[in-house]
Amino acid sequence: MSNQSQKMKAYWKKNLQTLTVLLLIWFLVSFGFGVLLVEPLNSIYLGGYKLGFWFAQQGSIYVFVILIFVYVWRMNKLDKEFDVNED
Amino acid sequence: MDILTWTYILVGATFALYIGIAIWTRAGSTKEFYVAGGGVSPLANGMATAADWMSAASFISMAGIISFAGYDGSVYLMGWTGGYVLLALLLAPYLRKFGKFTVPDFVGDRYYSKTAKIVAVICALFISFTYVAGQMRGVGIVFSRYLEVPIEWGVVIGMCIVFFYAVLGGMKGITYTQVAQYCVLIFAYMVPAIFISMQLTGNPIPQLGLGGSLADGTPLLEKLDGVLTELGFAEYTSGRKGMTDIFMITLALMVGTAGLPHVIVRFFTVPKVKDARLSAGYALVFIAILYTTAPAVAAFGIYNAINSTSEKNISELPAWISTWQKTDLIQVEDKNGDGKVQYVADPSTNELTIDRDIMVLASPEIAQLPNWVVGLVAAGAMAAALSTAAGLLLVISTSVSRDLFKTFKPEISEKKELRIARIAAAGAVILAGYFGVNPPGFVAQVVAFAFGLAAASFFPVIIMGIFSSRINKEGAISGMIVGLVFTLAYIIFFKFISPEINTAEHWWFGISPEGIGSVGMILNLLVCIVVSKFTPAPPQSVQDMVQEIRIPRGAGAAHDH
Repeated sequence: MSNQSQKMKAYWKKNLQTLTVLLLIWFLVSFGFGVLLVEPLNSIYLGGYKLGFWFAQQGSIYVFVILIFVYVWRMNKLDKEFDVNED
Repeated sequence: MDILTWTYILVGATFALYIGIAIWTRAGSTKEFYVAGGGVSPLANGMATAADWMSAASFISMAGIISFAGYDGSVYLMGWTGGYVLLALLLAPYLRKFGKFTVPDFVGDRYYSKTAKIVAVICALFISFTYVAGQMRGVGIVFSRYLEVPIEWGVVIGMCIVFFYAVLGGMKGITYTQVAQYCVLIFAYMVPAIFISMQLTGNPIPQLGLGGSLADGTPLLEKLDGVLTELGFAEYTSGRKGMTDIFMITLALMVGTAGLPHVIVRFFTVPKVKDARLSAGYALVFIAILYTTAPAVAAFGIYNAINSTSEKNISELPAWISTWQKTDLIQVEDKNGDGKVQYVADPSTNELTIDRDIMVLASPEIAQLPNWVVGLVAAGAMAAALSTAAGLLLVISTSVSRDLFKTFKPEISEKKELRIARIAAAGAVILAGYFGVNPPGFVAQVVAFAFGLAAASFFPVIIMGIFSSRINKEGAISGMIVGLVFTLAYIIFFKFISPEINTAEHWWFGISPEGIGSVGMILNLLVCIVVSKFTPAPPQSVQDMVQEIRIPRGAGAAHDH
């Protein structure tokens, strides 16, 4: 196996690791906090919000936005590290 | 000036702006027509995607749905935003690197099969048509409510505007008008929300106002829970649907969002893979502004509505109630003859019926804002409906000219292809307008299911096409067909054949037809993997292509190879 294709394998593996971590968080804040655990979390208050309700109608959306920007930052770094960036 | 004059001025001014942009950015080549020449900046594309995505339903109806559904309305909030994470992480960068113009293009190439491509084209056309008919209807309704013209005329005027800039400008014209439309719609949504939040909670930021306290010091949500329980309704902040159902509907909406062809195609318009990722991030920021405000508008709206009507004398109701009574969106009927309004859960004694669309449409009047704000909300609703309609029409025309015509007649010249694309766009506008004027009874219901169908058909096949090089055409075709047929059959059974047993105890595992797309998606995935395992691997050239799209370098502009 050539050096280049081994490097690409490593790049892809790191990409998949990033995806796994980010998608776990994605699942946790929406399906976890917003749906499955909503009732226990609702006994905690965040200002006038019940926490479970806040995750379902506000918090999960904020986290989604952050996740995409973390992904952008992380992939730009990976692209440079493996010399597959576009500029 | 009165409301009607302001509405004419603001709607007229925004229309002039859209047409001006369309003339200025008209498309000269197929590349400009399909993907705006591939040179759109990530920020502009993010804004255009947000306008493309947020339809008349998001703008007019979503807050009202949440008003009456409370916590259960979260499925739309999470579902229609969470899909962008999937889109950004799993689809957009790779499809951009693949570098052609449409989703069926990708399916056809990756699965080296015309059959797969045709199945994808049919899915794309079906999803886009059901969706666009709903938008044209939305345009008509806004016209008839605010400009006091018949719905039919409203649809025709809307058709002319969309016709003008979609047919002339193609993707290039649409992109830049959508940027303008986003600005109009978000401004129109935020102004009343900010004022109402100030009036109720003293906090100008609606997202914080929702968690804030009323003048007497009680938190708004706690007060709302109390008021609703007293009237016999369920608590605002707790769910009424089953947890499995909430889970499945949210999943179907998320995955469906990521599989919608008119959203995916927007990521073909940016110059680089890097830009595709970033642009999905910007799109979600712009969408999140509206989607985090909507639950606040929802809670403020229902609180205000109950507060200003419940147990009040009918003769002393606020002015906005009588204004909207004329449109039948609010109905007051003094059943027990005590001269007061009783708003209660029991339909036999309830005296007040409020249409969900009121929460946004009447919000400026409820908050006693100046007349120009009412005109602004009308212009915003029009922007939301027109931008989504235009995006969908483009997918339809591209599917016809490129995915159908060019697949069977690859030798047609670019000029001819462009002409066919324009004729297809024109045809689609007319057909959509027809459905807007004469809506078949099922359109409204089918729009909600477009997501389930997108989830069950496109999403798994695209994902597997990128993340596995072993999935072959046999797997993809059988997966798409199984997913689509299963989902469609479940929906048709409960919605059209036996609607009388469309209740939780008859559903499989308590999953409603709205959420069944998630199961369809999982079936699609399983069939896809199993069938591929027992049939030959894809040719080496396809496996190489899969390796190629995983690496950003060398994306170049979207091309026609």
